[in-house]
Parts: sequence; structure tokens; C-alpha cells
Amino acid sequence: MGLLYTCLKYLVVSLWSIFVIAPFLWAISTSFKDFQSVTNGATYIPWVDFEPTLEGWRALWKSPAKGGVDIVEPFFNSIFVTCAGSLISILLGTLAAYALSRFTFKAGFIRNSDITFFFISQRIMPPVVLAIPFFIMLGKFALLDTLLGLIVVYIVLLMPIAVWIMVDFFNKVPREIDETALIDGCNPYQAFYKVVLPNSIPGIIVAGMFCLIFGWTDFFFSFILTFTEVQLLPVAIVALNSSITPWWSLSAAALVSVAPLIAVAFVVERYLSKGNLSGALK
Amino acid sequence: MNFKHKYLFLLPGLLVLLGILIFPIGFTVRLSLSSWDSFYPALDFIGLDNYVRLFTDDKRFWEAFGRLSLLSLTTVFLQYVIGFSLALMVWKEIVFQRFFRVLFLIPMMTTPVIMTVIWRTFFHESLGPVNDLLSYFDVTPLWLSSELLAKFTVILVEVWQWTPFMFLLLLAGLLSLPKEPFLAASIDGAGPIRTFVYVTFPLMAPISIGAIIIRLIEASKIMDTVYVLTSGGPGTATETSSFYIFIKGLREFQFGYSAALSFTYLIIMIISLTIIAKILVKLMVRGN
Repeated sequence: MGLLYTCLKYLVVSLWSIFVIAPFLWAISTSFKDFQSVTNGATYIPWVDFEPTLEGWRALWKSPAKGGVDIVEPFFNSIFVTCAGSLISILLGTLAAYALSRFTFKAGFIRNSDITFFFISQRIMPPVVLAIPFFIMLGKFALLDTLLGLIVVYIVLLMPIAVWIMVDFFNKVPREIDETALIDGCNPYQAFYKVVLPNSIPGIIVAGMFCLIFGWTDFFFSFILTFTEVQLLPVAIVALNSSITPWWSLSAAALVSVAPLIAVAFVVERYLSKGNLSGALK
Repeated sequence: MNFKHKYLFLLPGLLVLLGILIFPIGFTVRLSLSSWDSFYPALDFIGLDNYVRLFTDDKRFWEAFGRLSLLSLTTVFLQYVIGFSLALMVWKEIVFQRFFRVLFLIPMMTTPVIMTVIWRTFFHESLGPVNDLLSYFDVTPLWLSSELLAKFTVILVEVWQWTPFMFLLLLAGLLSLPKEPFLAASIDGAGPIRTFVYVTFPLMAPISIGAIIIRLIEASKIMDTVYVLTSGGPGTATETSSFYIFIKGLREFQFGYSAALSFTYLIIMIISLTIIAKILVKLMVRGN
């Protein structure tokens, strides 16, 4: 029984690992191909199956006029929008979550849990429902096709995640901490800033990770709300897909876009193993 | 502990969110009562005509909704079973434990549309590796252009992409379980299967319910994958609600009608998610 289970376990884990890695391996291999080796049918191993070239990777720097795909600017746009959106969401979300976890609010039939639900329920909205009104609204404020407009939209996308994670986290931070600080003569802001906040760093990091993931991987809003002036990475890469597909630079660009967040996987795993996530995710 | 400053903590976030959202939501409702389209772009008032059209004369919307239910329930079920199994396997001692944990998390860190572009080349019917390997067995399935297989491919890509999220939530849950029940079970001489059925699974029920609901919410928005992989095709074989609303609104520019679709869709989603949550609670908590 024990041996059988162990064998089965390693079999399943290995099979799933292969499934997880397969598209990446394919993309790495494809990124070194040229027109000839792509159109001759599937090939896998460089030097054996095909002659590798760096054309796909070089194209990432070249301007489109020279036959390149130029993803440098979209790359930095994406970083800027994701980070700005995440920071604002974390800031506002953490404050709101603290209030919802510590104080009681009453307005008619509305209680704390209703306000929390209002925040979180924004995730139910499919992007396509919001896209048209946002399109018209940003147009009115001349924010269409700008980074600022995208940041505004990303706040709606990310703040619910920050509130969701932080409310649960603050509920697990003992109330005595703030009460002691208040007795020691702190005012409520000092108590929050000097005592509660330092104790909440793991929660904030986890919430930040999730904001980064969901911000970085969004496609639909940047697809609808930007056109030519500003372009984010996913849109730039999907645009490649529609023309006569240059698989090699497409794969190279995809790998570049995926790389930054793989670092996030390592951080998430660290917090998971230390047991910090279990408090933050429920 | 209660003081008047509490609003200073809550209000910035709440007001920003309300401020950004109130217009879109109100506008969607108002828009759904107008006939705004590309020929006649104005906010006139046509009463409930759009809704009448939707309920009496739009089979495509309801088919898309049925397809969405099928796709999202199937993917979330698969994600739950696979995610839970993987989480159980790397929960306790296994070689390269941290390596496997990181590896299993990676797909959710990647951008769905971008990975879908790669999957498209992966399942390409003449140049992709899958059909290249299968051609040794003399089969070359049409992964993206046959009605049944296109659905299968969408499910496969979704499972690849989002099983890690389920895995993460469930593993975090497993790691937070108390040790005593497991000790008691092993003292009673329960084997691994009995321990799972009588200890692990019941203890994990609340976390499982939360994870499934979160994933259902996210899965119901499925759109990026479909857009890149099949564009809803062949025909309408992989067209989901979001994608249909997208076609009506942003391809055919029937803003008024698509707003009615959006609003109806939202209401259906909220009701069905509440019902599903109730059923899950009953099944998982009472059943044990």
C-alpha cells in the first residue's frame, strides 16, 4: 500500500510537471527558429533538428519599420501601470480593511460584512460589462489611451483583492496589539502606523503579490481602452498573433513577458512554506 | 474601540471605488433602456424593448450561457480534483518539495492571453508539436477547428492556467490544519484513505468551498483564452457569454442591446453563484 502510493504519487507529480513545462519548452525552442524551420513542420532540438538563430530575440529591440516588434516600451508601460495600480490599491485597500476589521459601521441596514462584500463582489463583474461605460467615461475625461486612465481602471480591478486578503489578515492580528498602543498614549493613527502596520507586513506582501499577478496578467481593459499612444505588453504580443504570425519573435516576446512574474512564484512559495499564507488566504 | 476617525480609514478606499464604479453601473442600466448603436448613437428611451428581444428572440445568448456553464463547471471541477491531489502530494515529505511547489505555481503567474498564443502554436494543426507526435499514430485531430475538440482545448488551457490557483489556496489550507486530529487518527490505526475521508476532507471543507466559489467567479469571466485560441469558433462552438457580449457591444457596436445583455448576465450570475454556494455548503458540511 505504502509503496504503491509512493509510486503513484511520483508518477502523477512528474506527469503534471511535464504538462506544466511543455509550453515553455516549446516556446524556448521556437524562439530560436527562423521562417524555414517553423514552416517545415514541428522541430524540437536546436542544432539537431534545426539551425538556431537569434533573429526572434533581436526583433524585440528593433522598431516595426525595420521588421522588428519593439516590445521595450510596452514592457515598461506594463510595469508602470501594474506597479502604480497595485500600490494605490494596497494603500487604500489596507486602510479600508483595517477599518472593516476593527470598527463597527452602521448605516441603515448596512453592516461591516455588507461593505466587505461590496468590495469583494466587484470581482464578479466580467470585464466586458465594464468595458463600454469605462470607454465612454474615460473618453469624457480625455483619459482614453493614456497610462493614467489604465491605472484608474486597474484600481477597480485590484482593490477588491487587496481588501479581501487584508480583512482576513487583520482579523487574525490580535486586537490587544492596538489596544495596548492606545493605552500607551498613541493616537489611533500612530497605533495603526507604528504598531499594527509593522505586524502586517506578511499580509501586505501577499496582497501585493496578488495585485501584481492580476494586474500584470490583465489583457481585456488595456485591449479596449488603449489604441496607439500607449500599449501594454499583452496587447502588443497578441497583436503579433493576428498578422502573418512570426512564431519566433512571438515566442521570444512571450517568454520576456512571463519572466518577471516567475520570480513572484518563488516569493509566494516562501510565504506558503513559512505558514504566513494560511492566515492571509481564506 | 470606536471613534469618529474610523471613517478616515474606510472612506478613501470606499469613495474611490464607488466614484469609479457608480457611473459605469448606472450608465449600463440606463444604456440598456436605449437603442444606442453605430447608426444612431444617442441615449434615447425605448423602455424594455432590449430585454424583450433578449428573452424572446435571442437563442444565441442562452446557448452561450449554457456553454459557459458547461465550460466553467467542468474546468473548476477538474481544477479542484487535480489541485487537491497535487496539494496533498506535496503537502508532506516528497523529494524536491520546494521545487515542485514553485513549479506548480508558475502557470498562474503567466499572462493568460500570452500563454494562449503559445498554446495556439502548440496545437497548430499542421505545424504544432502535438499533431507532429500524434502523426506517428496516423491521427491528426483538428484541435481548434472541430466543435468538440475546440471545447476540449479551451478546457485544457484553462486547467493548465488556473489549477495552480486552486492548488495554492488548498495547500495553504492544508498547511494551516491542526495536528491533533491526524495524531488521533493514526493512534486509531486509520490508513491513508480513511484518514483522508474522515479527517482531511471534512477539515478542508470550508476552505474547499471558498476556493471553488472564488474559482467559479473567475472562471465565469472566461474570455481572453477564447478570444485568442478560437475566437469563439468554429461557428459558435466555444462562444461564452462574455465573448457574445463583446461581439454585440464592441464588434457590432450595439451598445444598448449589449448593456441589456450585461445586466441580465450579472443578475443571473449573482443568483446562480449564491445557489451554488448554498448547495456546496450542504454537500460538503452535512455530507460528513
